[in-house]
Amino acid sequence: MSAPTTALRTGRDPYHIGHAPAAGVPEYTGHGAGGPAPKRIVVGYGFWIFILSDVILFSCFFATYTVLIHARNGGPGPQEIFDLHGTALETACLLLSSFACGLTSLAVARRNLLWSEIFLAVTGLLGAAFIGLEVHEFYGLVARGDGPTRSAFLTSFFALVGCHGAHVTAGLLWLGTMMAQFPAKGFKASIRHRYLCFSLFWHALDIIWIGIFTVVYLIGKITP
Amino acid sequence: MTLLGRLTWQAIPFHEPLPLFSGLGVLITVVAILAWVVAKGYVPYLWREWITSVDHKRIGVMYCILASVMLLRGFIDAIMMRTQQVMAYDAPGFLPPSHFDQVFSAHGTIMIFFVAMPFVIGLMNLVVPLQLGVRDVAFPTLNSVSFWLTAAGALLVNLSLVIGEFDRMGWLPYPPLSELRYSPGVGVDYYCWSLQISGVGTLMTGINFVTTILKLRAPGMHYTRMPMFCWTALASNLLIVAAFPVLTATLAMLLLDRYVGFHFFTDTAGGNSMMFMNLIWAWGHPEVYILALPAFGIYSEVVSTFSCKPLFGYRSMIYATMAICIISFMVWLHHFFTMGAGADVNSIFGIASMIIAVPTGVKIFNWLFTMYGGYVRFRTPMLWSIGFIVTFAIGGLTGVLLAVPPADFQLHNSLFLVAHFHNVIIGAVIFGAFAGYTYWFPKAFGFVLDERLGKWAFWLWLIGFWVAWGPGYVLGLEGMTRRLQHYDVAEWHPWLVVAEGGVVIILLGIIAQIAQIVVSVRTREQRRDVTGDPWDGRNLEWATASPPPAFNFAVLPDVTDQEPYWDMKARAREIGQLTRPEPRYEPIHMPRNSPTGFVTAFLAVVTGFALIWHIWWLVLLGLAGAYATFVVFAWRDHDEELIPAEEVARIDRANRAARSAALQHRQLRRETQRESAE
Ligand code: HEM
Ligand SMILES: [Cu+2]
Repeated sequence: MSAPTTALRTGRDPYHIGHAPAAGVPEYTGHGAGGPAPKRIVVGYGFWIFILSDVILFSCFFATYTVLIHARNGGPGPQEIFDLHGTALETACLLLSSFACGLTSLAVARRNLLWSEIFLAVTGLLGAAFIGLEVHEFYGLVARGDGPTRSAFLTSFFALVGCHGAHVTAGLLWLGTMMAQFPAKGFKASIRHRYLCFSLFWHALDIIWIGIFTVVYLIGKITP
Repeated sequence: MTLLGRLTWQAIPFHEPLPLFSGLGVLITVVAILAWVVAKGYVPYLWREWITSVDHKRIGVMYCILASVMLLRGFIDAIMMRTQQVMAYDAPGFLPPSHFDQVFSAHGTIMIFFVAMPFVIGLMNLVVPLQLGVRDVAFPTLNSVSFWLTAAGALLVNLSLVIGEFDRMGWLPYPPLSELRYSPGVGVDYYCWSLQISGVGTLMTGINFVTTILKLRAPGMHYTRMPMFCWTALASNLLIVAAFPVLTATLAMLLLDRYVGFHFFTDTAGGNSMMFMNLIWAWGHPEVYILALPAFGIYSEVVSTFSCKPLFGYRSMIYATMAICIISFMVWLHHFFTMGAGADVNSIFGIASMIIAVPTGVKIFNWLFTMYGGYVRFRTPMLWSIGFIVTFAIGGLTGVLLAVPPADFQLHNSLFLVAHFHNVIIGAVIFGAFAGYTYWFPKAFGFVLDERLGKWAFWLWLIGFWVAWGPGYVLGLEGMTRRLQHYDVAEWHPWLVVAEGGVVIILLGIIAQIAQIVVSVRTREQRRDVTGDPWDGRNLEWATASPPPAFNFAVLPDVTDQEPYWDMKARAREIGQLTRPEPRYEPIHMPRNSPTGFVTAFLAVVTGFALIWHIWWLVLLGLAGAYATFVVFAWRDHDEELIPAEEVARIDRANRAARSAALQHRQLRRETQRESAE
């Protein structure tokens, strides 16, 4: 069994814990038995697991929302407080931001610094616009006296949507760091891996927003 | 708003001598140890080799040390509770209710989160990469962050001893009692923030290990060649990834209620406290298996090694592990059968709870059949394993009793329940941690622990456990509810005295364990493990030197069998020499040490403390510091260190020489045995 060993000692991976599968060794097909995976796969995979755990976190807030939706305490229900126009605008911002994030990926793949930065900036601006709209919505509700302390329903609404908003805000901080890193560090492997994680994060937040848009806003509009 | 939020001199319990003096005692000990470390000039060594280390073996050892220290703290709490209950028959005892309540809450919290969790995670850290035949976990620096966050949580819990108070409503803060209205003090906040901080650490451990086990294995290690401990570690970490976010979310909701007046679980404005029960137990029951499954893995390793046989029913063991992994999410309601779910819902969850006993039973039989017909060596790790099988079988059966809803209506919140969960958690998790500790200690430190004192510790713990918790079942059936600060039922008193005797026996067991360490360290030169394989082991961790070099393996091993090291040894014996010729050594890149974990934990303690005491400017400072740490970490350029080829060669040649010698030695012994047999 020395053939695979030599094939595996190519030293492409700095940790020597991430090698590509040995080619032409029939025994090593499938089941991840071809030796440690390359660094890019490991990083992406790990981050993907993190996203799954984050989805579970959100699912708890979704669950509480559906449990508490009728606990109004004499306050307003979803039909009275939701404005689908604003929400549609928010959704558009976030989806376009995700699209720009996809374009950034292409630019990064081509090692094009200028376009990477431009598309990242667009991603960030659209994300910031989304946050702005959300803050506007929250502010309006609180100003009317329909803040999270008004009723259990509003509590769960603010918590679910706010949790998403907090994630987007954290993502914006990360995005800023990435924008500083591309010019400072270039497109070296570790930076590209980090960008891969960022884009996974950003797209995942989009998917969660689709859930919120549907469960909270659309279904809310038809919930008495 | 004052500068220090709600922190005043009143937070220090000057008028309560007990917490004050115990707190001062701990403080003086810690300061004394720190002073000794500084005076001896150990600080640079500790900083370089341990605190900033990202080596999975070092991190594993630090987890186990944390767990052992916290075990002492939790055990002192247990002694206090038991003594109180002996004294408090028709009398006030020595602990006032408010203090007694903090003691049982702190005991439960510490034992689960800062003893059992770090112990199993520590052993996973130490062993899993070695067994997988790789050089480290997937994310070494993250691993260090995880450890230090766990330590930060532990520190915050212990801080509550001297500054303020701890939570008083048990190890799970049920609302509405835990809401601001009924618990305005800092106790619940201490609880929530320390668990949020350590919970993040645990979640990252889960992510790290799932990735490691699924993506980083030595070439040739199929899923069905993974050692059983790696399988159970995988299952446990999958459960962490799936369950810990639920804990985080639930505690976050409680904190929102408490800090900004939300209404998730309040009894006003439509809040729903039953939601808390469901959420917390959706995490809580899987948590039981997060702890138990790795322990089952340890027993599988130990039983097969010391029976000199491959594990019986390897594949059925995998199925059983994964079945438990899934079913553990479907039984949570058995923790509150009495809270009004109705007969049909209760029946479904009762049946599901009984079903989960089936794969567990499969495991018990597999261990028994592994021993059957084997050449069983009764070394200390094996004794813990046999003690476990007997104790856990009984604890499991009382669990099945509790899973019958009508029976649970009688036994809910009685000492019967408390006896049941101590029976399984001490019998499985703690015994498993001790089995793993004695089994892998030589791997971590290069010498074997004293057997005689180890056996003393085992028997004292086993007998002590039964004397301490056997009476619990009787008391439960006699109607004693849990968490009683005083009582007036004469029949209970003798049983509580017996239970106190059991605690004393356990105390002797713990003393034996401390003596075992002291004696073994003193005589370590005679106990050196020069072969790296003191127990005639079967998996790859024994293929490395004891202790292993930083890079574990000079060249990644090729796995061709389900028991890779046993297979190598067998083939080496056949051909009379090591299976692999000396490889061409190459330099190895290893991740560099990093203070990120330590700094993060420091900031976490500061931020957590500030949040507990409402010192808002400090919160902002802490968060800004966290972001700065993130940026500095992201900005680093040199994250690897090169170990030159000559160094690798030197280290590995020594290991190969030791192994050749061991091989020759065994060969010789075998031949003499054969001759004398003829
Ligand atoms: C070392 C021997 C131990 C002794 C003598 C002991 C003793 C006790 C006692 C007397 C109680 C309070 C019973 C009551 O409510 O009246 C208790 C509660 C508890 N113990 Fe232990 N214990 C031990 C080890 C452990 C371990 C290892 C764990 C977990 C890893 C653990 C977890 C708990 C929990 C979760 C509670 C419930 C706390 C609550 O009521 O909220 N204990 N223990
Ligand atoms: Cu359970």
